[in-house]
Amino acid sequence: MSNTASGKTPLPGRGPEQARARRRGAHPLARFLVRRLLTAVLLAWGITLVTFVLTNLVPGDPVAANLGQRALGDPAIVAQWRAEHGLDKPLWEQYALHLQGLLQGDFGTSQQSHRPVAQDLAEFVPATLELAGAAILVSLVLGVGFGVLAALRRDRLSDHLLRVLSLVGISVPTFWLALVAFYVFFYRLQITPGSGRVDPALGGAPPVTGLQTIDALLAGRWDIFASAAGHLITPTLVLALYTIGLLTRFTRSAVLEVLGQDYVRAARAKGLPGRVILFRYVLRSALVPIITVAGLAFGSLLSGTVLVEAIFAWPGIGQYAYKSATTLDLPAVMGVGLVVGVVYLVINLIVDVLYGVIDPRVRLQ
Amino acid sequence: MKRDPLSRKGLTRRLPEAWRRPLALAGGAVALAWLVIALAAPVLAPYDPLAQELPRLAAPGPGHWFGTDQLGRDILSRVIHGARVTIPLTMLLVALSVLLGGLLGACAGYFGRWADETIMRVADLVFAFPTVILAMVVAAALGASLTNAVLAVLVVAWPAYARVTRGLVLGVREREFVLSGRLLGFSAWRSLRVDVLPNVTGPVLVLATLDIGTALLLLSGLSFLGLGAKPPSPEWGAMVAGGVEVFDSWWVATFPGLAILTVVLAFNFLGDTLRDALDPRTARAIKERAL
Repeated sequence: MSNTASGKTPLPGRGPEQARARRRGAHPLARFLVRRLLTAVLLAWGITLVTFVLTNLVPGDPVAANLGQRALGDPAIVAQWRAEHGLDKPLWEQYALHLQGLLQGDFGTSQQSHRPVAQDLAEFVPATLELAGAAILVSLVLGVGFGVLAALRRDRLSDHLLRVLSLVGISVPTFWLALVAFYVFFYRLQITPGSGRVDPALGGAPPVTGLQTIDALLAGRWDIFASAAGHLITPTLVLALYTIGLLTRFTRSAVLEVLGQDYVRAARAKGLPGRVILFRYVLRSALVPIITVAGLAFGSLLSGTVLVEAIFAWPGIGQYAYKSATTLDLPAVMGVGLVVGVVYLVINLIVDVLYGVIDPRVRLQ
Repeated sequence: MKRDPLSRKGLTRRLPEAWRRPLALAGGAVALAWLVIALAAPVLAPYDPLAQELPRLAAPGPGHWFGTDQLGRDILSRVIHGARVTIPLTMLLVALSVLLGGLLGACAGYFGRWADETIMRVADLVFAFPTVILAMVVAAALGASLTNAVLAVLVVAWPAYARVTRGLVLGVREREFVLSGRLLGFSAWRSLRVDVLPNVTGPVLVLATLDIGTALLLLSGLSFLGLGAKPPSPEWGAMVAGGVEVFDSWWVATFPGLAILTVVLAFNFLGDTLRDALDPRTARAIKERAL
């Protein structure tokens, strides 16, 4: 890493290193982005390879799974079916066909719904994005907040309480917590609405984004918005508990690390108000590792949706994955794996970019 | 930031004070209790965990403290016997991950070049998936069984160990005692086995203990999804799944879930203590307060 740019000029795009890069015709952030994008494309290709290999690893015979008993007895029909689905071709050619299909949005046909997997996924993805998006927002606000609080109140009672709370958060089995929350708050206390995304009597807002809360606001339907938000609360909190715990622990140690730095001590010594020190000196530096973990946390949120949506009958890809996994509907399972893998990839790409935006040193590496 | 908080010397020197903290004591006690329960399950369980001989869905009360499930089995006995299914399998799983990941990571770090490239790119690929999703996909492809669930979690768990081991091996590889071994005529494998591996096992084992809770959650999660233990087996995740159907009989799902929670929490308490104890700055803070 160059030390000409760091240290003296913390602002991006002003050091001699950047000037050299500009003369070469590319902004350092742009080159950083291109490099990250190429890695992401390579990984996306790897994900298709993994799902393909796994599908072909299956001990069961796809012919037996898809053809009826009578058709199986007729070798001509079996051969025709195999030829139709390219199963008579060598494996690499099958993969090429599979990849070609994927690029055209063909994920195969679900054995359960007998619909194209792509159509199923398109229907279920928005619900999951709404849930996971709400959960990551709650996790970031509460997790980072708790973490900062714990670091500032280090070794006091609140720090110890938050430590236990965050450890409980990462230890609770999500699927069990979902069930308990559903039982207690809906079935017993009846203070939260039941399953689904919105009260069925209201119908639902005309789909624009696919996110019920946003669509309701766009349509100006406050009753639907209230219902959708109410339905979101419990699954969001259940889903977020793990990531809240994770982010609390992580933020605490990241903030403690920065609090010990000389420049923070210097800022204190020259009498800057605590608020300025916290936000401008401490949080900005601590944010880099926190954002990395938040990206990883989003992965566990996506994983968690599989376990939470099943309980709350939330019509997202988590529930779809759960149903497909329990019925061994492989095209559907692989489709979910593929989509979630790519979503996760995009999230981590965004994290990498944010990383580069927040910390100028990163993009010079 | 060149420090080596996981070195063995640090481990033995710093552990004693850390163990006296309440979280560590609580975690240790609960973990120990579960180990005893797992070992003594046949003695402790009041009923046969598989026998369907009791009234169905009886609420908790004298005779069966955790109630009975929809097939008339005693839930307390099933939770107790579940410890024998879940805890040893999780240990085995973590041991296998350490072995596989450690070996691959050591090869990647020691031999470098194409071995490093191949192994670490495969590891990157695994990291590109959220864990439960990949484990679910693998388990579904292999077919639903407890063995396959363990294999599936193994597939997602080894890369973490490979990364750590590789990094540690890279740090040791060029040290004088390794080089002098090679100059004495040690083969690459002997050098790896005699000089390198003993110097990296400590930190990797620490990582493994931190990981037990996560591995247990993942494994029971797969069982909950129906991709692990088969129905009659008293596996905790599968028992919670069984409670979903009869969720107004709250006790069916609550107690196996509490079992998972307490085991994972105990190991996470221990892991947290270990992590703190191994971080020199925290260790100093503990010592200052102890004095």
